[in-house]
Amino acid sequence: MPSFLNLLSNLGAPHLASFARCGRLRRKAAGIVLLVLAVFALLGAGDPATRFNEIGHQMMCICGCNQILLECNHVGCPASDGMRNELMAAVSRGDSDSLVEQSFVQKYGPTVLAAPTTKGFDRAAYVIPFAALIFGFGLIVLVIRAWKNRPAPALADGLRPVRGAELEQFRDQARKETDL
Amino acid sequence: MAEIGSFALLLALALSVYSFLAGIVALVFQHRDSQPSPQLAGQAARPAISSDDTSLGALLRQGSERIGETARRAGVVTFAAVLLASVVLVICAFRNDFSIAYILHHSNRDLPGPYKFAVLWSGQEGSLLFWSLLLAAYGFVLRLRYKTDPRLFAYASVVLAGVQIFFLLLLNFAAHPFAIVQGTIPADGNGLNPLLQYPEMVIHPPMLYLGYVGFTVPFAFALGALIMKYPGEKWINITRRWTMVTWAFLTCGVFLGAHWAYSVLGWGGYWGWDPVENASLMPWLTGTAFLHSVMMQEKRGMLKMWNMWLIFATFWLAILGTFLTRSGIISSVHAFAQSSIGDWFAWFLAITLIVFTFFFVKNKSHLKSEHKLESLVSRESSFLFNNLLFVLLCFTVLWGTWFPKISELVQGNKVTVGAPFYNRVAIPVALLLLILTAVGPLLAWRKTSLESLKRNFMWPTVGAVVVAIFLMITPQGWGSPFGLKPWQDISYFYSLMAIALSVLVTLTVASEFYRGGRVISKHTGQGMFASMVQLTHRNTRRYGGYIVHFGVVVVIIGFAGAAFNQDKEMEMKNGDKMTIGPYTLVCRSYTDDDAPNYASQWALLDVYKGGKQIDTMTPVRRFYKASQQTSTMPDIRSTLNEDLYLVFEGLNPDNGHPIIKAHLNALVMWIWMGVWIMLGGTVLALIPNAPAPIRVPAPARLEPAHAAPVVTGD
Repeated sequence: MPSFLNLLSNLGAPHLASFARCGRLRRKAAGIVLLVLAVFALLGAGDPATRFNEIGHQMMCICGCNQILLECNHVGCPASDGMRNELMAAVSRGDSDSLVEQSFVQKYGPTVLAAPTTKGFDRAAYVIPFAALIFGFGLIVLVIRAWKNRPAPALADGLRPVRGAELEQFRDQARKETDL
Repeated sequence: MAEIGSFALLLALALSVYSFLAGIVALVFQHRDSQPSPQLAGQAARPAISSDDTSLGALLRQGSERIGETARRAGVVTFAAVLLASVVLVICAFRNDFSIAYILHHSNRDLPGPYKFAVLWSGQEGSLLFWSLLLAAYGFVLRLRYKTDPRLFAYASVVLAGVQIFFLLLLNFAAHPFAIVQGTIPADGNGLNPLLQYPEMVIHPPMLYLGYVGFTVPFAFALGALIMKYPGEKWINITRRWTMVTWAFLTCGVFLGAHWAYSVLGWGGYWGWDPVENASLMPWLTGTAFLHSVMMQEKRGMLKMWNMWLIFATFWLAILGTFLTRSGIISSVHAFAQSSIGDWFAWFLAITLIVFTFFFVKNKSHLKSEHKLESLVSRESSFLFNNLLFVLLCFTVLWGTWFPKISELVQGNKVTVGAPFYNRVAIPVALLLLILTAVGPLLAWRKTSLESLKRNFMWPTVGAVVVAIFLMITPQGWGSPFGLKPWQDISYFYSLMAIALSVLVTLTVASEFYRGGRVISKHTGQGMFASMVQLTHRNTRRYGGYIVHFGVVVVIIGFAGAAFNQDKEMEMKNGDKMTIGPYTLVCRSYTDDDAPNYASQWALLDVYKGGKQIDTMTPVRRFYKASQQTSTMPDIRSTLNEDLYLVFEGLNPDNGHPIIKAHLNALVMWIWMGVWIMLGGTVLALIPNAPAPIRVPAPARLEPAHAAPVVTGD
């Protein structure tokens, strides 16, 4: 492949070579992204202690302390000890994460989950901020493009606008003289 | 005493109303009469009144000036009246005057002196009085400094008086701090909430309130400038210091709150994404965005409308935060008792929004600016994206805070929005912001060539990648954050990214100092360090800002440590051992103690590391007699690597054995160090610039001794 790229460059088609390089880079990047996603998708299939810790941090204590289940630190708390025991039993039985969560929601209500689910209206909790991010980025790109395409202010008679290489030359000079 | 306090509050209300109304009258008549030209507005530029000028216009002008002066003085005296009310309440706390309901509910005879002082802001009514006091104090300073720009200050003074009226109405008619106890007066008070009996609670609320209240001042200037169609950007220069000082107070308040939660609540964390914590974070985020975007207005005259909305949003969110805490509309462990004053805040929020929107729509043509960008790769673009991310983070926090309520309205049931939600949504945005923090300072105004970006960015990027690889390949046994395998857990991935990007920001900041220092060193022949000091002194705002950025990344590294936290809980009888991370804890004994205010149980635990005893730690559990409440006082052993955090949770009710919970929290000390660096950078940015000496070559005919350096401003 590198020799092919060199050949393209030598044939006077550097843009084609660069395009081919970009394509290869893109494929590599896509491969890396897929690999990372696959690795994260496989996460969570840990040992019972790890699963207990992970699921326990996705749930709330329902005693009113507003704390994560495994972080509730009230001795004699009427709720957290029982909930932890239930969780440990479910994990030891080998129940799946979703089954454990469902059984807790049925017993204690939806507020037992420390974060909204990704089903039904709850999905909006996650979608809206990312939608706002994408919308905001798009809006700023449009704004920048609009500001960039605005015509330069008119100059007084007899003056011509400085553009291109001449402008760059003045810029370089200004940078050198004010280099701080 | 209660009568004096009540009278002082009524007097303060009357003075504020006068300051507000008379201020408006004066401004309306001055405006009608003088109609200053845009060039003259903002200066004390009205023509002097000659003694023989007896026209109606001159009389009106003279009258309105006098009325304006009385309005200003009324505003000044308001401070004295509110201060008197506050002093009276504190004296009542020290005198154990339990005939006052507020003192009865928030103090007791054996409460230590500093906490009796803190009673002022420990409850609903007192904290509103304290808010009013701080607002009056800010107003006092503003009204004394009115000569800077009398007309703009007069407008700002009226806005401040309007806000002050709201708080004084609340204090006089809805949440009276001097309300008298009906019936028999108890011999002792209910005491202060045990969680508030911690030294930082004496400092945390004042700092937070100084931040919350302080944003009223730049908002008042902004609204004043909008109403009077203030020409130019001078109002931004006037408010810059106010905004920075306020931002520093809010930063300090937010992190003191985090430190208090860490040191007192005993759950081992410092930030729980509780609605009240979120309420303090939201104005901080928009205030930070404002501090960045005003630079666009100062340097390029851009984003005038956006900046107006940003400072309004900051003020509004500070009030909204108070509304959240006081109304009981959102459940929170921090919330004050539910009361009707939530309605008052809702109305106030609505009125301020209407007033601001009205003047914005009326005068927005004045804010039009000629936006012109040359390139996407420019400082201007980076500020736009920076603002987007700050505002988006704020929106995410607001959305998460209100989502339980929205869910209840839409699907009929509440949901919990806790740390897992924010970790999923806010962390990616914060990482993007960190990238911008690294790139932004390297971009030039107007346009940056890709070559110069590559040149300036290459070495910091290489450094960040090297550090990331180093952290991945080192053994985990070295402690946190070594041996970071991002594929093992998403939190490790975030941690690695956060640390690598923090290194990137640090190296770009360092390169900015180095390149600037090198130029000065070349011209002056000074050493590099002296040159960098001189460089910083010549442009304190820019280099102070870089130091703040450095402080932020140190804080971020501290946050990144959370991925490595461990905890363990066990019953420990005398002689029992617990191992957590590199530490082994051996229970030596338990002991009791009794103080006038509380009884306490102590655990004595020897701490071993590598087989050697390095410390003895004493987590405490207290029982406060007046309030009949129990509280834990964790013992924390901090190092740069990690905190060993021990909590004495109490005795197992079944067998009477003590229960100890140990947390090993990685890199927490970095958070507190980072905050100090941020505050140091802010103080530096407030110092006026040193003039840059320019050496002028002496003409040949002069003796060298006569050639003196000429100084210029920046």
